[in-house]
Amino acid sequence: MSETQTTERTAEPAAYLDAYGRMLLIRLFEQAMHKLFLEGEVHGTTHLAAGQEAVPVGICLALDPDDYAAGTYRGHGHALAKGTDPDALIAEMLGRATGVCGGRSGSMNVIDLEHGLVGCYGIVGGSIAAATGAGLSAKRQGRVAAAFFGDGATNQGYFHECLNFAAVAALPVLFVCENNLYGEFTPMAAVTAGVDIAGRAKAYGMPAAVVDGNDLHAVHAAANEAVERARAGGGPTLLECRTYRHYGHSKADPGKYRPKAEVEHWLARDPLPRTRERLLADGVAEEDIAGVERRITEQIDRAVAAAKAAPYPDPVDERATEFAG
Amino acid sequence: MSATNGAGDRLEFRHAIRDALAEELERDERVVFFGEDVAAPGGVFAVTGGLFERFGPDRVFDTPISEMALAGAAYGAAVTGLRPVFEVMFGDFMALPMDSLVNQAAKFWYISNEQGTVPLVVRSAVGAGGRFGAIHSQIHATWFQGVPGLKIAFPSSPAEAKGLLKAAIRDDNPVLFLEHKRLYSVKGPPPAGDDVVIPLGEANVSRPGADVTIVSVGKGAADALVAASQLADEDGIDAEVIDLRTLRPLDVETVLESVARTNRVLAVEEGPRTGGWATGLLGAVAERGLHDLDDAWILATDETPVPYSPTLEDDFLPDAKKIADTVRERLGAAVR
Repeated sequence: MSETQTTERTAEPAAYLDAYGRMLLIRLFEQAMHKLFLEGEVHGTTHLAAGQEAVPVGICLALDPDDYAAGTYRGHGHALAKGTDPDALIAEMLGRATGVCGGRSGSMNVIDLEHGLVGCYGIVGGSIAAATGAGLSAKRQGRVAAAFFGDGATNQGYFHECLNFAAVAALPVLFVCENNLYGEFTPMAAVTAGVDIAGRAKAYGMPAAVVDGNDLHAVHAAANEAVERARAGGGPTLLECRTYRHYGHSKADPGKYRPKAEVEHWLARDPLPRTRERLLADGVAEEDIAGVERRITEQIDRAVAAAKAAPYPDPVDERATEFAG
Repeated sequence: MSATNGAGDRLEFRHAIRDALAEELERDERVVFFGEDVAAPGGVFAVTGGLFERFGPDRVFDTPISEMALAGAAYGAAVTGLRPVFEVMFGDFMALPMDSLVNQAAKFWYISNEQGTVPLVVRSAVGAGGRFGAIHSQIHATWFQGVPGLKIAFPSSPAEAKGLLKAAIRDDNPVLFLEHKRLYSVKGPPPAGDDVVIPLGEANVSRPGADVTIVSVGKGAADALVAASQLADEDGIDAEVIDLRTLRPLDVETVLESVARTNRVLAVEEGPRTGGWATGLLGAVAERGLHDLDDAWILATDETPVPYSPTLEDDFLPDAKKIADTVRERLGAAVR
């Protein structure tokens, strides 16, 4: 287990430029959600993943489009990284009929089967079980399944039951812990025994790694290794990706419990500027990066405008059936 | 014990379950079956023996004692192309996997805007009378009955067990399948055909009658048939028996149609009255059929956990005699 990944990068700079664009898409999406929530357009609550973008994007860069992923209630990034159309996702947040789930789901429980997103889960740890089950299918289909979950979920029964089950059944699953150091409002160390999350895998005989979750290339390299092992029949891997959320837990939480120095430390390791610098160092042209940034910014602006103009579902026209078939 | 022993009886309830599983595993390669001790050991109630040998470890497998993981995995597998059937050994254990079933499986079809289906079945042994005590004797149906998107099937006979389980496995929705422990050794006529599938959501008038409607499900429906037979022979009371077969969907229509003829309805529930299915059913009957009703009442259990001691447990449970007695008491004088 090492913070430093020595694996050579396995994608071309163009793929990382594309990945950077996806990270920026998530960042701008979350900033838009923050604003739309304050405007009263996003209802209830929402949990923003700004700061954590490198994890889902790095993992999904190692997945094929028909592989499976399960996300959390902080799941906008999971969906966008897996390929969900941002227009449809914003419309869902705004409760519109054009939403990816027709406005029936909302922020915490997005499902997008077309892109392999089996769901996002309002219950902490739900994604772990869902991806384990998707792993049962994936094993027969030559696919893999990735579960995204936070550090808080590693104290749920789901985590221990599913890691054990996935290990004994050699399921092709990536257990991806986004360790952002806080379970809701409480620091991880106050409620979590042991020195790290990755160490828990040892008890299940499962390979694991601690990864710098704010380093796109490191996450991707670790994911590649885990995906390769899973596809080869080597079973599941636990990746503890250390990262940090820029906002509080939810819209009800300004995150004031976090020490200023800690916040500054992590803001200095913001994955977006880091990835940008890496792209430049790898020879990607400034104008190409700027072009992606311009395109993504326009895409989000257009998506917000389209969602605001989209109709709400009409209760009179709604043809909900309790059961399928 | 058996309500239907007699000439021509061939199929044992536990074998009906096994045969339905075998036929559906054979019919559809997406069907997989797993649970604790179900594969190599053949199940603690000797229901699933031979399936592992016949279908192999990819289709039929033993799992850790991890109900949360199993239910979550069944759900995750169901939305990605498999049709899992898994066993939660005792219905009481269904408190553990409730999250995946209630919060995920049951809601998927609706909140996904009908993107995909959740074809899974959870089989469990339920019910009291076996001296298993408070936490191996419950019927979990009513814990789940108020959850839209879940179906709940509860057969009363071997033929019905086979037909309902086949329907449950072919259903595109999550189905809880309840098997009363006191029925496992009951033998009855096999289904009238090779591939009989009993639709979920349709009650069965298992005995037509004119004087009173007795409604129940599972073992209660079997007991009601015995009671109806006694009432006819000993008291001249002609009871109609309705076997609900499923508690969600709940077939209120068939009950209303019956009550319109008999004007009296008794609901027999192995479980407490408060929050039980019987109160909900009679509420629905009152709401829509009050004009047809001369009498409506419930035979249920006390509001305590299931007791252990044989004297206490026997006193606690509804049975054929108690059903017949309450009908006699309620309308015997009027009908005789």
